[in-house]
Amino acid sequence: MIGIISYLTFFLTITAVLAIAVLGLNLQWGNTGIFNGGVVAFFGTGAYVMVILAGPERAGEFGGFGLAWPLAMIGGALGAGILAFIVGLATTRLRHDYLAIATFGIAVAVEVFARNATFWTGGAKGIRGFERPLEAFISNPFVYGLFYLTIVLAVILLVYLALERLVRSPFGRLLRAIREDETAARSLGKYPARVRLQAFVLGAIIMGLAGGLYATFYAFISPQDLAPILTFQIWAMLIVGGAGNNRGAIAGTFVVWGCWVASGWALSSFAPADVQIYAGTLQYILIGLLIVGMLLAKPRGLLPEKLAVSTHSFEPVTPAKATQAS
Amino acid sequence: MIQALFDGILVGSILSLGAIGLTLVMHILKFANFSHAELLSIGAYCALTFDTVLAAIAPPMATLFSPFSMSAALALAMLASAAFTGGTAIIVDQLVFRRLRNKAGALTMVFASFGVALIIRNVIGLIFGLNTQRYSDEISFATMVSADPLLLIKPDQVAILVMALMAMVALHLLLTRTTLGFALRAVAENPTLAQVNGIPLESVVRLTWIIGGGLAAIAGVLYGIDNQLSPVMGRDLVLSLFAAAIVGGLGSVSGAMFGGFIVGLASSFAILLLPAGYKPAIPFLVILVTLYIRPNGLFGETR
Repeated sequence: MIGIISYLTFFLTITAVLAIAVLGLNLQWGNTGIFNGGVVAFFGTGAYVMVILAGPERAGEFGGFGLAWPLAMIGGALGAGILAFIVGLATTRLRHDYLAIATFGIAVAVEVFARNATFWTGGAKGIRGFERPLEAFISNPFVYGLFYLTIVLAVILLVYLALERLVRSPFGRLLRAIREDETAARSLGKYPARVRLQAFVLGAIIMGLAGGLYATFYAFISPQDLAPILTFQIWAMLIVGGAGNNRGAIAGTFVVWGCWVASGWALSSFAPADVQIYAGTLQYILIGLLIVGMLLAKPRGLLPEKLAVSTHSFEPVTPAKATQAS
Repeated sequence: MIQALFDGILVGSILSLGAIGLTLVMHILKFANFSHAELLSIGAYCALTFDTVLAAIAPPMATLFSPFSMSAALALAMLASAAFTGGTAIIVDQLVFRRLRNKAGALTMVFASFGVALIIRNVIGLIFGLNTQRYSDEISFATMVSADPLLLIKPDQVAILVMALMAMVALHLLLTRTTLGFALRAVAENPTLAQVNGIPLESVVRLTWIIGGGLAAIAGVLYGIDNQLSPVMGRDLVLSLFAAAIVGGLGSVSGAMFGGFIVGLASSFAILLLPAGYKPAIPFLVILVTLYIRPNGLFGETR
């Protein structure tokens, strides 16, 4: 029984951490229509910066500042935000697919940096020996797992509430206006490039937060954690759940991560040995099919975005009209 | 130094071929196709299959042209693979991109292209295995053309360069001397006006995929001869191809050609300055620098 609860705690913690990253992507893609091809770059930057700020001292390498964990988490999130600012500044004014290419590039660059810049990141071996917050006081690993899950759930709740508020605020309306029609937004005196940059950086900060929580959970970070598949998984979660809907983003994370874990388990326990080496390959095809299939068959996801109609509208809008407007 | 120059030009010629197709697709279909590099993989593996089959049917064809590690079978296989890859590109378009083109935005197509790339790459891995392969095992023993210790050139590499340039000349003639080429350039310039003048849009789209896929297949085979075949070669090349297309300016065929050489040279000279491990990040730096200094690329039009 303890085993099951302990596994559930583990599963829920990872799912919740990923869901935070999906929420960040939802702000960028779902609400603003910004394409981020390098989610893992911001996730990874958050993780690395956090570990370097609060992590162990490493002989001859950078880090070991012994910052308090919450401060280090904020530092990691800010690091991800600064990275997004540098990339976004060059690209948010340009044709939209430039951002897709540039963000895809930054993911490659961050991974390469993490793997090679040993002085900063520990290189291929990564950074070990991270002391998790209050680990010294809670010696029982089972209780600690529950304790950490509570922290992660608190963070996701905060992020969710903040985003819900943001989406309903005038700024959220502006984001959707830019997503739907940039020219119209500009004609109203808005600066789409600046607003897109703000949303992009804010989304990246949330992804950095998720990265920090991830690295804390494993007490370890290495270039292995920056594999491009993570970006695709996070996308699949958002598309399956329903871009533009924060609840959909969280639900999608559960569905896709559940499928991923279940398929991995099924392949490793039932597939014959010579198929085993292709287990990863098969799972990648699954993610690819999920993305393409959802876009073709159900592009709005399982929990589609609720269409908002302005309360200041002069005419009462019938529900039929509202759905047509999509 | 000279070695870096030659290596850069060699890799650049391969990147050029891939980037030309990418820039055409990006210009005519208006989306960044992240699955374009997978067409190189399809081309390379398809040629491997044809090569094996041809060598089995007609063993004399498999004799290598000394001092090259290429045979008549491989040359034929490359052409067949170009046609096959062009066809595959059309099928993928019909299955995925055309459906999204009509009902969704360009970015949804970009999204889908990532999914398509993931599927193609891993299906290739499933069919051909995850290990690297070569067209010919003799390649590693090829003699060096230049005795100068500063410059090592394999005969194969000269052949690759010549073939890549031939493909570029052929494309240039197609675009500037044939009605098909005129139609394609007209659609690239102004799709609506082109349709008013009776150019069928759908067949130009198909032509774009055939050219893009065909060139990608040739690039893939040449890459395979120079290096080796691997199911993840598309993943390793995709950023370089985009860098070449962006440096050249989206939609510009000559720009993509130059862009390919620039990215190739930048990557080969960069390893003189940086540890080799940083090489995969060079195309990204090229993209970032281009976007900051000259966002429309060398030959691109202002948007």
